[in-house]
Amino acid sequence: MHGFFAAQSRRRILMMLALGTACASAPAMARAAEPLRVVATFSVLGDMVREIGGPDVAVTTLVGPDGDAHEYEPTPQAARQLAGAAVLIENGLGFETWLPRLVKAAGFAGRAVVASQGIAPRKLTDAEHEHDHDGGDGHGAGHEHGHGDADGHAHGHETGHRHHHGDLDPHAWQSLANGAVYARNIGAGLAAADPERAEAYRERTQAYIARIEALDARIRATFAAIPAARRQVVTSHDAFGYFGDAYGVRFIAVAGFSTDAEPSAADMARIVEQVKRERVPAVFVENIASPALVRQIARETGARVGGTLYSDALAPSGRPAATYLGMFEWNARQLSAALQPQ
Amino acid sequence: MSPLDWAVAPFADYGFMRRALAGASAAALGAAPLGVFLVVRRMSLMGDAMSHAILPGVAAGFLLSGLSLGAMLLGGLATGLAVALLSGLVARLTPLREDASFAAFYLISLGLGVLMVSVRGSNMDLLHVLFGTVLGLDDAALLLVTGAASVTLLAMECLDPGFLRASGGGGSLAHMAFLVLVVVNLVAGFQVLGTLMVVGMMMLPAAAARFWVVAVAAQIALAAALGVAAGVGGLLVSYHYNLPASPAIILAAGAMYLASVVCGPQGGLWHSLARHGRGAP
Repeated sequence: MHGFFAAQSRRRILMMLALGTACASAPAMARAAEPLRVVATFSVLGDMVREIGGPDVAVTTLVGPDGDAHEYEPTPQAARQLAGAAVLIENGLGFETWLPRLVKAAGFAGRAVVASQGIAPRKLTDAEHEHDHDGGDGHGAGHEHGHGDADGHAHGHETGHRHHHGDLDPHAWQSLANGAVYARNIGAGLAAADPERAEAYRERTQAYIARIEALDARIRATFAAIPAARRQVVTSHDAFGYFGDAYGVRFIAVAGFSTDAEPSAADMARIVEQVKRERVPAVFVENIASPALVRQIARETGARVGGTLYSDALAPSGRPAATYLGMFEWNARQLSAALQPQ
Repeated sequence: MSPLDWAVAPFADYGFMRRALAGASAAALGAAPLGVFLVVRRMSLMGDAMSHAILPGVAAGFLLSGLSLGAMLLGGLATGLAVALLSGLVARLTPLREDASFAAFYLISLGLGVLMVSVRGSNMDLLHVLFGTVLGLDDAALLLVTGAASVTLLAMECLDPGFLRASGGGGSLAHMAFLVLVVVNLVAGFQVLGTLMVVGMMMLPAAAARFWVVAVAAQIALAAALGVAAGVGGLLVSYHYNLPASPAIILAAGAMYLASVVCGPQGGLWHSLARHGRGAP
């Protein structure tokens, strides 16, 4: 009997709540059109959508600030948010390995926008790896043994990329030129999903791209002023390939593209030798990866620990790297400060 | 390249190899007596269960004060002991046996731990902390693991020898002290080999030693030696064959165990078969 009464009163309360919210939201609906509901997969895309969508969109970001999208496990809440969204913005290039299953589970029927559409993807070729390893082998006979064997080599890389992103480097937003492409894709996607406000999206996209291009020019100038031999750093995982290509900085990564692979002692030795031989001035930790290995390399080689770089996620709001452009400015400043000749 | 070069040069050339060796050796020394007693007292699976049981405490320590080893150690101790006490209590007050109630509580604890890790989301993912890497040991981690090993060796001196012969759990003070030591070594070992693999360093050398010698003291000494050897062997394999270090160390210990099962004079397969063959014409 008790249970029955409880259920009765619960239903009454629910009904009252429903009535209450209906009354409260009616005037709001009259005032302005409902914002477009957009889900972005991770913080960088979320910030771009906020810039371009402005007040016309309500953005939900699945993997938030300082979150590691490599290891994200979707929650039921994420599925619910996706089910209610009109637009989904994803990076593509195999970055969100968990997304296809989530889309299916949520029954998402809106418009999916791949932000990286149309950029020139960096391919991770075997030749590139070969080159890196050969470079590290110059030192002692001890290395030859570990790297000479091509089979063992290929195998090592396979295990290194357990979370493999195919053969493409997904971290394309780490170049501002690509960032402009992202912005254009997102703007076009929002306009297509919400044609009534297409003009507003287009204007904000143009303004945003102008800011991106201005920052791009400034960062290019900063790095061009640093001698090429000094433009080398060590980072935790291989997230800065596009940054390196765009601004002429060579990034040496301890782990592979993903954050969860454990390096071998041979990898560590190779990097230590490379840092010593080429006098790499600094090592950097990332906001989403364990700093232990990078610090170990600094201890071993005397390279400076340069600070934190933001690779796959923005900082929590209120910090300098809390937006895409802020992140870029922060990373560029940290890097250029550490690489500047003393 | 001479064999000596093969074995010595990596450690002579690289500081991170020396640190890894020091960390793995300290973990092996501290774990050896605990592993042997777990084997002798037929509680071999307790180490594994305990390594899961301390997860929520370590996670709570991490959430409250970041990468502080002290906080993580205290949290791990608190949940580890809580699980041990509660399962002992249930075993005493109800007909449920201790192994079943221990399993129940450690699984509850594990669920809680995974929940806390997931809710926190990511930044410096706790998983990276729990799956610490032997190649990235800093001074604090080395100090913790050598400290844990020293405390363990000193404390084992004082433990009542009668306790060591008894099998099974029980609520005695010695038993509690023993559990504390297990938890301390597990938390310290997180930094060196990671949560799951530190148990391997505790159990595999101990189980292997049992096939070679009878006396408990001798088993402890041999287990420690085997553990250190596994550390050296695993690191060299990782260096020369480009394989991840922690699993290489555990697999080296595993190879020693399998070899002991086959060749050990105390009940090893080869010996049993040989004796059997002689006995039955």
